[in-house]
Amino acid sequence: MNVPHTNVCYGLLGEFDTPKDLMAAARKVREAGYSHIDAYAPFPVEGLSDALGLGRKHDLVPLLTLIGGLGGGLTGFFFQLWVSASSYPMNIGGRPLNSWPAFIPVTFELTVLGASTFAVFGMLALNKLPQPHHPLFNVQRFKRASNDKFFLCIEAHDPKFHLEETARFLQSANAQHVTEVRDED
Amino acid sequence: MSADRTSVNSPEIRRLARVLEPGHSYASVTDKISSIVLTRPVSIGWLAGFAIAFSLLMLLTGCIAWLITKGVGIWGINIPVGWGFAIVNFVWWIGIGHAGTLISAILFLLNQKWRTSINRFAEAMTLFAVACAGIFPLIHTGRPWMAYYMFPYPSTMGIWPQFRSPLIWDVFAVSTYGTVSALFWFVGLIPDLATLRDRATNKAAQIIYGMLAMGWRGSARHWHRYQSAYLLLAGLATPLVLSVHTVVSFDFSIAIVPGWHTTIFPPYFVAGAIYSGFAMVLTIAIPLRKAYDLEDFITMRHLENMAKVMLATGLIVAYGYFFEFFMSLYSGNKFDVFLVQQRLHGPYSGYYFALILCNILTPQLLWIQKVRTNVAALFVMSLVINLGMWLERFVIVVISLTRDFVPSAWGRYQATFWDYGTFVGTIGLFVTLLFLFVRALPAISIAEMRELVAHTSEEHK
Repeated sequence: MNVPHTNVCYGLLGEFDTPKDLMAAARKVREAGYSHIDAYAPFPVEGLSDALGLGRKHDLVPLLTLIGGLGGGLTGFFFQLWVSASSYPMNIGGRPLNSWPAFIPVTFELTVLGASTFAVFGMLALNKLPQPHHPLFNVQRFKRASNDKFFLCIEAHDPKFHLEETARFLQSANAQHVTEVRDED
Repeated sequence: MSADRTSVNSPEIRRLARVLEPGHSYASVTDKISSIVLTRPVSIGWLAGFAIAFSLLMLLTGCIAWLITKGVGIWGINIPVGWGFAIVNFVWWIGIGHAGTLISAILFLLNQKWRTSINRFAEAMTLFAVACAGIFPLIHTGRPWMAYYMFPYPSTMGIWPQFRSPLIWDVFAVSTYGTVSALFWFVGLIPDLATLRDRATNKAAQIIYGMLAMGWRGSARHWHRYQSAYLLLAGLATPLVLSVHTVVSFDFSIAIVPGWHTTIFPPYFVAGAIYSGFAMVLTIAIPLRKAYDLEDFITMRHLENMAKVMLATGLIVAYGYFFEFFMSLYSGNKFDVFLVQQRLHGPYSGYYFALILCNILTPQLLWIQKVRTNVAALFVMSLVINLGMWLERFVIVVISLTRDFVPSAWGRYQATFWDYGTFVGTIGLFVTLLFLFVRALPAISIAEMRELVAHTSEEHK
């Protein structure tokens, strides 16, 4: 195991006033060849993931939802079939034991239940939440990322990262304020 | 420019009626909404309202305790009316919940911007209404501690629930509905919980909101997945909400009892649910915007749109009543014809005419714009519709059960103090939860309001 680093640099954080400035900066930073970047905004900014170069392929939530829905529905249907026709067969009004139309409402509900839980917990898991600590929370100004400011972070493990040069570059991209993010253990 | 010369009521101005009053910035919406939770002192009005609601909640616990002690015999239920208030109230509450999902899911898919400031508390209302609804079938079983029999678990007795029964469908529909509504609500809350975490000044609030926000930091990668999860949930909740009241209506329409056994039940139940739900959203929104000065966010446009939805769903409900009536007569089935006569002339005809008055006649006033834009009138109207929808379920349950096929099976139904106490008590539970909700969580989605600010400021440029 590596020696745990204390007080290492996580990256540089640029602060912007409007989503437009953030988008412009994100594009600029990408064009300059930085790849380990992320943006932070108090609401979803349209087009920001494209500006950061995150394609649709990063998004596994729809696939997980489909799996959850299919899993819930199929399990639900065949479970009812097994219960009603095999495990605990009962003659109800002379209908066949596999009275499948009667199983549809529960199948439907379990499809929705499976899909919804997979969508929510899949989204949280892919986002690696809950995550109680993150170096960004050490930055006092970052509190406004949940209010009215927009942030762009160039992470220190980016091959192009250089503390002074990257800071100057962020300033040239119209950042109102540039802060070094430190991961203090 | 021409605004001064054009009448306030001209279609042009009305088209532009605002969903957000001008002059708001990201910071001002954050401040205004989060301050209700974080900095605003507890007012006398809140304490008084909470005290009343909480005493009604105590009435509920008392009624349930007495019910568990004595059994369901303390209620007015009998043979033939085995369902009584418990089912009337269950259907009423579950219907009320439907508007919350409609606002948060269906209006989201339809990209209706006016949903933004009302969706959060409408979703809360859904959850609380489902909680109230869930109590009734549970205690109506008589032995609520055995209710887990309804869930399929591998029991040592080797028995399973009967999946061909609409009552079991109901268990699955309502529990799925409760779960998905809670998930939808919580996902919507995550960014706002992060806002509260970052703005809270006392340690306890920071820790609690911090834990609930789960470390949300507004990363673009997170927002991306968040948005697709939210959209998918909206897409899933939409057929779900339609299915829930459909399944509730199956509880009736699968049976062969006259007045229940009709195919019009599912759509007319869903429309009725949305009708009563919007009425309840108005009942809550009107005092809420007044008490917390939220007129900038919950504007007349919102109230008027909700009034229009009520009018439209009210007309669907009226259509349902008419066809229920028509089909009974047209079928020539003597039991169905007899039931219609009993609704009009039987011992419960008063309830039937009150229902027509509340649900069909009074809402026609909503055609008049002056009524739709009059806050007091809307508030009264919403209460009338809530009452009307309760009467509808009473008429369906009681009249049909007291007048089925053979006269020897006819009976009467009289609710007791404990029936009324339990019903009023659930209103207490509902209002108590709402009072706690507005003080503990943002009643309006802050993140979505910021998005609205961004969109409106773009439009002005």
